[in-house]
Formats: sequence, structure tokens, C-alpha cells
Amino acid sequence: MKHIVIIGNGISGITAARNIRKRSDFRITVISSETKHFYSRTALMYLYMGHMKYENIKPYEDNFWKKNKIDLVFDHVDQVDTISKSLQLKSGNQFAFDQLIIASGSTSNKFGWPGQNLTGVQGLYSYQDLETMEQHTNKVKHAVIVGGGLIGVEMAEMLLSRKIEVTFLVREKEFWNNVLPIKEANLISRHLRTHHVDLKLETELKEITGDEHGRVNAVLTNKGETIPCQFLGLAVGVSPNINFLSNAGIEVKKGVLVNEFLETNIPDIYAVGDCVERIYDLSGRRNIEQVWYTGRMMGEVVAQTICGDKTKYEPGPWFNSAKFFDIEYQTYGRVSNELKPDEQDFYWEHADETKAMHLVWYTNSNAFKGINVFGIRLRHECFDRWLREGRTIQYVLLHLSEANFDPEFFNRYEAQIVSGVIAKYPAVKMEINA
Amino acid sequence: MPNGMRVIKLVGLGLFVTGFVIFNTLFFNATYVLTESVIEDTFRDSAKASLFLQSSSTMLNQKDGSVFSFVSDLKKIFESANQNQFGIYGITQEEVLDLVARSGKKFSIASVDSLYVGADEVSVFKRKSFKDYGSWLDGREFSSPEELQNQLLGVVEKIRTYAIINQVGFDRYQVKDLTYSITKASAISPVKANSSLYLFLTFGFCILGALLYILPKLQLPVGIKNNGIFFNVMKSTGWLGIFTGTWLIAFYFVLYFFPEYMTNWVSMVDPISKALNGNEAGRFFLYGFIYTICILVMGGRMIIHYRHSKYQILRTTSVMFFQTAFAFLIPEVLVRLNKPYFDFKNIWPLDYSFFFDSRLKELTSNGTLGLFMLGWGMALIIIAVPVFVYFFGKRWYCSWVCGCGGLAETLGDPYRQLSNKSVKAWNVERWMIHGVLAFAIVMTAGVIYTYWSGSSWVLFFDSYQLREVYGAFIGAGFAGVVGTGFYPLMGNRVWCRFGCPLAAYLGIIQRFKSRFRITTNGGQCISCGNCSTYCEMGIDVRWYAQRGQNIVRSSCVGCGVCSAVCPRGVLNLEVKEEAGRFGKPILIGNNHIKLVE
Repeated sequence: MKHIVIIGNGISGITAARNIRKRSDFRITVISSETKHFYSRTALMYLYMGHMKYENIKPYEDNFWKKNKIDLVFDHVDQVDTISKSLQLKSGNQFAFDQLIIASGSTSNKFGWPGQNLTGVQGLYSYQDLETMEQHTNKVKHAVIVGGGLIGVEMAEMLLSRKIEVTFLVREKEFWNNVLPIKEANLISRHLRTHHVDLKLETELKEITGDEHGRVNAVLTNKGETIPCQFLGLAVGVSPNINFLSNAGIEVKKGVLVNEFLETNIPDIYAVGDCVERIYDLSGRRNIEQVWYTGRMMGEVVAQTICGDKTKYEPGPWFNSAKFFDIEYQTYGRVSNELKPDEQDFYWEHADETKAMHLVWYTNSNAFKGINVFGIRLRHECFDRWLREGRTIQYVLLHLSEANFDPEFFNRYEAQIVSGVIAKYPAVKMEINA
Repeated sequence: MPNGMRVIKLVGLGLFVTGFVIFNTLFFNATYVLTESVIEDTFRDSAKASLFLQSSSTMLNQKDGSVFSFVSDLKKIFESANQNQFGIYGITQEEVLDLVARSGKKFSIASVDSLYVGADEVSVFKRKSFKDYGSWLDGREFSSPEELQNQLLGVVEKIRTYAIINQVGFDRYQVKDLTYSITKASAISPVKANSSLYLFLTFGFCILGALLYILPKLQLPVGIKNNGIFFNVMKSTGWLGIFTGTWLIAFYFVLYFFPEYMTNWVSMVDPISKALNGNEAGRFFLYGFIYTICILVMGGRMIIHYRHSKYQILRTTSVMFFQTAFAFLIPEVLVRLNKPYFDFKNIWPLDYSFFFDSRLKELTSNGTLGLFMLGWGMALIIIAVPVFVYFFGKRWYCSWVCGCGGLAETLGDPYRQLSNKSVKAWNVERWMIHGVLAFAIVMTAGVIYTYWSGSSWVLFFDSYQLREVYGAFIGAGFAGVVGTGFYPLMGNRVWCRFGCPLAAYLGIIQRFKSRFRITTNGGQCISCGNCSTYCEMGIDVRWYAQRGQNIVRSSCVGCGVCSAVCPRGVLNLEVKEEAGRFGKPILIGNNHIKLVE
């Protein structure tokens, strides 16, 4: 029987394993040195905040794996031998495979700052990172976070939940402005401040200083400011975790290079998830996408391929979600941080500063391009269908209330939003009133 | 949180703890004196009153500082009164021998008439009871006089334990009731003398303290605030949770099985009871009073906690309303108007005594209103349950109307994360809850059979015994002691999940014929587990959500908290056309992915 070995038990590797099991009787082994069982990486913050226990963030009970004949090996892969098709593990064991799926995830970026290896300086990606953070934030009064993205805001929320003051250094003009348009970025910046985050915009980290015990005691910014702190969270992005592949003969650049079938240059070796760098273009998408959803999709695709139904990685319309303290965020299609010359848009914000919607469409064709929504829930199924069908902004506005996914009795804002669009773009009107 | 707010919270906590300590102290804080007037007031039957009085001479007008020794003395009096009656009304050894001598080997019931010829009360009693319990022996032949004698001694024993104790002595029900009312009437305590003051020092302090503790939460930004729940000694089964659970279990044990020890607490609410229904408070008035206060105060907390969600605000307001009006006030006012006590929102089989003969008699003898109540109760079972579950899901009852649900959703909300999510627990749940439903149906069928036929013996069981077992183990033990006492140990819906026969009935309809489901929002789930963790019914919501599947489960009470705690807006309680309720997962992702179950 064919032996499929998967390196990494994150969402990509585990999705691959589960889907191979659904379709075949192949022997499946998943190797990870992070945790014995699959857990939800996106939920690490909730452990620290006391919303859940480790048991709660494991999506499957421990007996699930045995029941589904998926072998779990708690070990680290030191080397991949592509010629003998075997793995060298840290424990000394060797492991032969017929087909290999690399799903080794990411590591946190560090950009060579002076003092970046001091105690109390860290990123947040793995379970081990969480343990270190737990240990190094004990009795801390003030923390600094660098990097205005999703992990940064999570770390801020985590630390504040433990009553640790947070200074948040963000390089951009507003929080996450490299992704969000300025108005949304500003909305979230304001929200962070209502949660007492000391947000320092257009500020970069220059240097980290430590005390005599080798522990961080302050950071110096590019504006010459010194901020005393006992903990520094680095949230300046992640990079593919591929060091262990250095001499394997598998082609890598920033990540493991794969074609549209998620195949590497070596036959029978595939790669999925965060560690992947695509060698082909998918319009509007970066070649490395470190997102839960894309990892899950790749896992499904590679499983189908391995089980004999060769399938291309062709993700449907872009979607994503996040939560910034109390504000939920969903996006469907593409809303870039700067409006392109051939696009029109409409931004609506509620007076309570916790709800907003931003619609973007092509000026000439009126074709709907994307939506950012805050504090209102929208139906993925609707937007996926409308984007695939190439619907116009008029169509989307006309059917906007169908896409509402807020709980019963919640206030509805579609009418306000639609009339806002009409007021700004009288030309859009037509069908809506029909 | 600003410092001022923290101080207010601490003051609130202090007040609450003070009120709670005073409340517990009152349990012991009374002296008891049994007087003639107490006996006169508590006994309805004057013959039994004088019997009791005769046997209580050593105890009469004696001060007793402990409820425990007082109650144990009372039990001795009942025992000695019964012994006294055995001496008077019991059939003696000589009389048995006499009967044997009169009958020889063949027993004739006429021998009883010839033995007890007098018209005095004792002779009449002996004659009648011997005939009631021994006439089946009439005309039987025995191989020896000794054998007849043995049979007759058996009859004599039956007369002792049934006829004498019931009719001229005190059976265990009477002992239980009288012990309770005598203890309550005999108590001399500051509580009785000044009940409003003590009401304020206990309930007043606790309510005020709780409000001061809760209200500062309004200063926090709106949104889900679950920080620190699993570090909290109350909410993660730490020492405080275990203490609270133990206290609640003890409280329910006393309430259901040893109410005679808690009369001092009951006396505290006498004025409120008198104002509402004109009578002194019973223990269940006190219980209803505490229950309602818990739902109102903790309902306030729930509303503040989830004030960003109109669904939660309306739902909580609804349970607060139904508890206060339907469960607490209306029944009391009905009593005041000399009408049957009736909770218009309680539904059989949760209301397991609905078909008991005593209640059927009460309703059928109360004119149009009584008949209306009977019809209303039946309509709830036959029409309201299926129709409303079809249109709204079982939540219309379980998390919007029901009293047990109301307490679980308010007082119990801090413990919802403690429910067990394992598949094993789900298996236990399905057997147990449907087992209780079957038990309730069999018990009720027996009770109705007895009501029509007058015979308590149904097939192979005694309907009176069965209803008693049900009442003790399910009604009191499961719904009360376990149902609430286990909040801090196993989550706030232990009863609703594992035991409630009405939830089982509602659930069967919800599972097979309803428009209700929880919809998953395409592929947006990140498997974080908040939904499963905060599901009070122990449903592994994430199992479905991460596959993009609808959640259709018989146990779902539609509290909506999974949807509220979801950080990505993935879950929504919906009522839509039945089609597409079940069906394949609809994970939205890569093109050309074929879904395999």
C-alpha cells in the first residue's frame, strides 16, 4: 500500500491527510514537532486570554486519528532524502515514503534589529511561541508590539487582556494600511485607541536594548523615542519554514516552489500551505499566501491529486476574515488599499464607529470587484456566486439584503448604504429603483 | 477598568458575601418552643392534635436552641404516638389466638364479628380493619391452626403499618408535613420578629451587591468579553466553583428532602407571600422567590454582557418576563383568588404532575377556568410544541420561555463552557434523555390509568410507587439537585441536556420536522473552537462549521451564543424552508473540488 507522509500537522497538512483518508486506504503518516495533535493555530490567542483551554482548540478528539488510521508522529524532520525517498528524523529514526507532502508552515520574521535575540523578544506563530509568551509576559507592565498586521493586533488584544499596557508601532499611516484602504485602516486605528492601545503610527523599530540579564528593557524608534518595556512582540510577517530542505534538492526561493498541481520539481513530492511559493501567476494573488483558508484549499487539492484525480490549485474568489478587538471583518473579492484608476467605490460608516462597508466596482463595466465589511456579517455563498457570475454593482446592491448574515433582530443598514451609493453615483441608480 | 469602577465592584462583592453569610447563619439562628397553641394551629385533625399533645408532654414549652435536636425530638413524639395507637388499636396476640380457637382449621370472617362485639370506637376500628385486610382469608382451610395463626399475624402486621398509621396515627407523609409546619410555627427567631429587616440584610444585600458588581461592566466596550474565564476559580471549576456547586447541591437536598430544617429561611418571605397570595410562605414559595431574583439579577448581567446583540437582549428579557409573570406572580394571584395554582407556560412532561389525580380533580372541579387550564395544558402539549418547533425550533421554549432554561441562561451563563463536548457524552445524553422521556410517559400512563380505573396496580407496577420514584429521582434529584447544583461542575444545562423529557420531545420534532437550523457561512470557519466551547448543550458546533455544514441537532436550544462568540461571523440561527436543511457541506474554496462524505 502506498505510504503518504505529510510534514506538518497544521490546517494544510491535516486537511490533506483527512481528504486522502476519505478517498483512499493509503497509509498516512503525519509528522510534527510542534504538537502531538492538530490544533487551530488561529485560536492560540484565545488560550492566552483564557477564553479556551488547549483541549478546546483541538478540532478533533484525540481518538479521531486512530479511528481514521492516520498515524501521528511527534518528531522533527531534519532532512529529506529525495533519492532514497526517506526522511531523517531528529530522534534518529528514518522514515520511508512513497509520496511526500510538505506542509511545514512559517516562521516569524526578524529583520536583523540590534537586540532582537534578547529575552522577551518574540513573534507569535507556534504553540511554542505561545508558551514562551506566557512565560515572558508574567508580571510585565508594559509591552511594545511592532508590525501593523493581524498578528500584531492579536498580540495587543492578548496582552491587554492580562492588563499589560501596550504600545503598538505601525510603519504605515494607519493600522494595516498596506492592505486596508485608508478609511477602514483609520476606523480600526480609532477602535484600537478606544481599547487603550497606545498606537504610534508611521513609526518603526530601530533598536532593542536589554538589561544586565539579557532581557529587553526598552526599544528605540526611528523617531528617536525610547519606550521602556519588558516585552516586545514582533509581528512583522512570517516566512516559509523551509530551512530543513536546504540540501534536499527541492527547488526553493522564499518558499517551496510548486506548479499548479502543487508539485515540486521532484516527482512524488508536493507542498501545500504557508510554506509554498507558486511559480505561476494567479491574477490578483501573491505567490506566497499565508492564510488559513488557502492552506485548507491546498490540502483538499493535493489530496484529490494524490488519490488519482489530478486537480489544479484554482482558488475561487478571494475571501478572508479577521477580528480586531470587537470589530469583525470580512472581505470578498478584491478591495485594494488604493483605488485603481479604473475603479469606483463607496464607503459607508455607521456613527457608532464599529460598522462600515466598502464596495468597489469597475467604472466602465460596473462589474462588482470586492467588498470590505466591518461589524456586519455577510453571506460568503452570495458573494462567491456573484463574483463568479461577474455581477454588476447594481445587482449586488439590489440583492444586498439577501447577503446579510447578521443574527435575527439586528439593525439593518442596506437601505442606508444603497441610498448612499445612489446619492454619490446617480448613474448607478437605474435598476435599483425598478 | 478605571479604579473607581473597581472599588464599586469590590464593594458589591463585599455586600454580596455579607448577605450570603447572614443568610447561611440564619439557618441555625432560632430557638424552638413547642406550645399547645402551635399544635392547635398546625393540626387540621383535632383527634390527632390531642394524640400528639398527649405524647409531647416532655417536650412541651421546653426551649431548644438547635433545629436538629428539635426535629429529632418531634420525630420521637410521632413515633411514641404511633406506639400508643398500636397499643389501643393493634390486634393483640391473645385476640389472634382467640380467633384461631374460634375458627379451627377453616377461617371464617364471621369470627371477627363475634370477637369484637362492642359499638365502641376501638371495636369498630378493629372489626373494620380486620375485614379490610383479612377478608381474603375467609373460608380458607389450613393444614394446622399454627398455619392459620401465621396468616393472621401477617394481617395484623398490615393493619399496623397501613390502617393504624394512616387513620389514627401518623404515616410518613404526615410526619414529614407536620414536622415541617410544627418546626416553622415553633421557631422563635429574630427573623420572624423582624422579617423585613432580615430580608434586606440577606436578599437586599445580595441583590445590591450583585448589581454593584455587575453594573460597572457597562464601562467596558461592547462585545464578547470572555477574558480570563478559564483562569477564574468560579468559572473553571476551581475551589470557588466546587464550593458553589456543593452549596447548591446541599440547598436542593434540604429543600426537597429535609425542608423542616430550613423553616427560618421560609419565615423570611412570609410577608411577601401574604401580600401575594394571602397565606404564609411554603418552602416552594421561598424557592420560587429566590429563583425569580436569580433570573432577574443575572438576566441583567446577561443583557449587559451581550448588549451588542439584540437577539440576546430580547431572549433574556423574555425569560425574565416569563419567570416573573407566568411562573411566579400569576400562580400566586390565582391562589389568592381561590383558583388552582397554575403555571401557564409549564408543559407536560416537564410538568410531570400535570396528569396526577389530585391535579386533574382540582382542575375539573374549578369551573370554566379549571377546564380552560386543563385544555390549555393539553393544547401546549399537542399543538404548541409541534407547531412552534416547526416554525422556530425548540428555542421558542427552551431559551425563551422555560423556567429551567431561564435559570440556565442567566444564573448559569457563567458556566456554559463547562459542558462536555465529547462524542461519548453525546452518546450518554441520547440514551439518558430519551430514557427519561420513556419513563415519564410510562409513569403518566400509569397515573392516568389509575385515575380512570381507580386501581393503582397497572400490569406489573404500582402507579403510586412509580410516580413517587419519578418525583424523587427525576423531579427533585435530577432536575433540582443535579440540574442546578452541577452548574459549576458540568455546565448550566445538565438537566436540559441529559434529563428533561420535554426537551427530548421538542428535540425529536426539531431534528425531524422543523425549519430551524444553524447555518454555516460558507468557508469562513477557522476551526478556533469558540462555538463548541461556549455551547452549553455540549454540541461540537465546530465539527459542522469547519465542513461548511448546517448544524441540525435535536439538543440545540437556540441560545445563539455560538453565533455571538464566533470571531469570524460564521454561524447564524435561521428559519428557512425545510429543503436544504440537511445536505452536503458547502465549503466554498477551490474549483473542481469534489465533496466526499
